[in-house]
Amino acid sequence: MEKYWGFIIPAVSVIVALVIAAFVIMAVGKSPIEAYAIMVKGAFGSSAAIVNTIVKTTPLILTGLAVGFGFRAGVFNIGAEGQMIMGALTATAVGINLGWAPPYFALSLTIIAGMLAGAGWAAIAGYLKAKTGAHEVVTTIMLNWIATYLSSYMVQVPLAVGSGTPKSPEIAPSAKLPILMKVGPMEMSAGIIISVIAAIVMYVLLEKTTTGYEVKAAGFNPYAAEYGGISISKNVTMSMAISGALAGLAGVVELMGVHHRFLGTLSGGKGFDGISIALIGQNHPIGIIFAALLMGALRTGSNEMQFAGISKHIVMIIQGIVIFLVAADRIVRTMILWRKRKKVKA
Amino acid sequence: MYEEYAVVMKGIVKRFPGVLANDHVDLFVRKGEIHAIVGENGAGKSTLMNQLYGLLHPDEGEIYVFGKKVDMKGPRDAIRNGIGMVHQHFMLVGNLTVAENVVLGSETTKGGFVFDLREARKRVKELSEKYGLHVDVDAKIEDIPVGMQQRVEIIKTLYRGAEILIFDEPTAVLTPQETEELFEVMRRLKAAGKTMIFISHKLNEVMEISDNITVMRLGKVTANLITKETNPREIARAMVGRDVVLRVEKPPHEPKDVVFEIENLWVKDNRGLDAVRGVSFKVRAGEIVGIAGVAGNGQSELVEAITGLRKIEKGKVTLLNRDITGLDPRSLRNMRMTHIPEDRLKYGMVLQYPAYYNMILGKHWWEPYSIRGFLNHPAIFEDSKKLFEEFDVRPRNINMLGGNFSGGNQQKIVVAREVSSQPKFIVVAQPTRGLDVGAIEFIHKTILKLREQDVAILLVSMELEEVFSLSDRILVMYEGEIMGEVKPEETNFEEVGLMMAGKRLEEVRS
Ligand SMILES: Nc1ncnc2c1ncn2[C@@H]1O[C@H](COP(=O)(O)OP(=O)(O)OP(=O)(O)O)[C@@H](O)[C@H]1O
Ligand SMILES: [Mg+2]
Repeated sequence: MEKYWGFIIPAVSVIVALVIAAFVIMAVGKSPIEAYAIMVKGAFGSSAAIVNTIVKTTPLILTGLAVGFGFRAGVFNIGAEGQMIMGALTATAVGINLGWAPPYFALSLTIIAGMLAGAGWAAIAGYLKAKTGAHEVVTTIMLNWIATYLSSYMVQVPLAVGSGTPKSPEIAPSAKLPILMKVGPMEMSAGIIISVIAAIVMYVLLEKTTTGYEVKAAGFNPYAAEYGGISISKNVTMSMAISGALAGLAGVVELMGVHHRFLGTLSGGKGFDGISIALIGQNHPIGIIFAALLMGALRTGSNEMQFAGISKHIVMIIQGIVIFLVAADRIVRTMILWRKRKKVKA
Repeated sequence: MYEEYAVVMKGIVKRFPGVLANDHVDLFVRKGEIHAIVGENGAGKSTLMNQLYGLLHPDEGEIYVFGKKVDMKGPRDAIRNGIGMVHQHFMLVGNLTVAENVVLGSETTKGGFVFDLREARKRVKELSEKYGLHVDVDAKIEDIPVGMQQRVEIIKTLYRGAEILIFDEPTAVLTPQETEELFEVMRRLKAAGKTMIFISHKLNEVMEISDNITVMRLGKVTANLITKETNPREIARAMVGRDVVLRVEKPPHEPKDVVFEIENLWVKDNRGLDAVRGVSFKVRAGEIVGIAGVAGNGQSELVEAITGLRKIEKGKVTLLNRDITGLDPRSLRNMRMTHIPEDRLKYGMVLQYPAYYNMILGKHWWEPYSIRGFLNHPAIFEDSKKLFEEFDVRPRNINMLGGNFSGGNQQKIVVAREVSSQPKFIVVAQPTRGLDVGAIEFIHKTILKLREQDVAILLVSMELEEVFSLSDRILVMYEGEIMGEVKPEETNFEEVGLMMAGKRLEEVRS
């Protein structure tokens, strides 16, 4: 039983959230069945809808992985947003200068540059924690602001092109991710494959490698880890760097697969969404993929609902309830146990 | 029904996945008695008590408290029924005062919600005086010794109106003096009509303090004994199911070359005060050097410094002719120094890890457990199974999480891991804390076997018996200094006791 909790809790939470939201929809005088039908159709009803959902899901998987990896290692990386920005920004700076390079070279160089930038940005917080004890929640939030303003300076001054919204030039065509599928104006890039590979890599790293063993041990019990020859300060810095690399990668795929240029709105809170997604996905790579898909689908679906006259904020309600229930998993556990006990007595 | 009993547990059954922890257990505790429960590690004692305190719900069976049938959903119900529990791992908040900790979470409120600390302080003082608990109500928890923290736990239960007090291995963390003080308190509580349930692995304690004894084995009750009419040997036999050697034979063995040496070691404690003050000694291959002393005289800091967990301020440490002063735990482990820590929950285990991962902690980067950065799970499983067998860890389930093993079995996992790492030098701190008599015998034999294999062994223990029966040489520590070195066959408890109280060997023998 205990083994399946990680799956049961989020699943039950989602169902409960949908039921509660149904009452809210009823309270505003609409039919919940109709609303949900529209939402499902909006998210999965056509190939364009599916592509749209996948495009929205892609960066969310990566920021979810970033935060989830941090949690597993015992660090709370609130700075995925800033790391994502730094990743995208660095990838932009590299990508716009690679017109001469063949695609395989341009692609790998841009991706690696973005990941390294994210890793470095996060490692600052890790290093500060290891050396001075400064809490990563505080330092990563400060680094988020620095990244935000730095990027806005970059696209307004050194990298600026055109007029209107501040933006960078487009990256070289050879540095754009290949398109897997195109439906009307919607393009699905290879970013989704990168995200899924990242999830698999994280799974293997955590469950199969000696590094994963050390990272998790340090996350569970730093005293025992230190006793067992695992350097806590080294681990904190490394874990933050890995987490940041994943967040940086989120920025990279958003840049190379969707926008192809740096825009101020590129990160758009996806780094913070990573926290919710990691929570719902129980910090497990597979769980995170599903949680990101849920969020992606809710978002595309809610646009459709909006057209049908139901506020898209209903999605915020659903999201909020799911997170609340997952975080307070005691409540869900007790609800399930009550059922079991009643059955036993009957 | 059962009016003359404070507690009756009838036909209690409690199952965990793959384990029948309580198998139709009956427990009868008379009003006003001190009732001991003894049994091997994993016999189901803590499980039984957790059900009485509402932390677990029995699968089958009935519980009567003062003749009334009860069905408890949580500790709150237990407290309402007059039951209190002194946990082995104290549930106190370090930076609050004694009085604040006592009222925390109980409903002494004025006008519904105002927290009435003044009134509470007065009650805590009264309780403290009435039962001779000697606590300073305004002291911060983090500043007072373990024994006093435990007495705060006792006050906490009394404050909530407990008539029945459960003590789960209260003496495991106490010094002999503190144990005596605890017994004094228990006697006073008994005189005031309180009922107590007392769990311990130390049979002499059980003989001293209890009126009746329930013996458990493999989840069942195997004997109900009257303390006055029994003896430790009979209890041990009922516990283990065979005769137990209460003291192992130590064969003569000639020590070899010096393996480990410290010279003029200085170490500070957490508050920045000198805890170890210029200690020097040597340990040779095939020799057990025991460190005796009252807890808190620098032994813990000494061990942590030697094993790389605490900074060395001054002095030199040598292992196998190499200067290892200030080396980190990983390098020390690579040099085949291993360590059985005194606090197995804090240092020894990752409770959230399955047993097989706990079995490789501290050697997880060695072959065959790790090959080119990848964990070699088949090898890990195989060795864990072997060690479970060899060290009789129960249940024989290497997949169970570390935190789900009984206290004694956790200790066996730690010992198995450290002993099987082919040490050249092993630091052994409180190796038998919380172990049953059978397991103690086994661990003692294991340590002696290491000695046969010419491992250098440093033993730190608060149990004088243990130090005497295992050591080749005994060093007595007092306030961070060595009071003298004696051979167990040339000294006695009195002499060592005087040294533990701060007299140097020269003074004692002059
Ligand atoms: N939460 C749990 N999940 C699975 N098994 C458990 C759990 N708690 C206890 N057990 C098992 O139940 C059995 C009884 O454990 P219990 O802690 O009651 O033993 P004990 O008599 O207190 O032993 P000790 O003297 O070592 O403290 C053990 O086999 C233990 O592994
Ligand atoms: Mg126990």
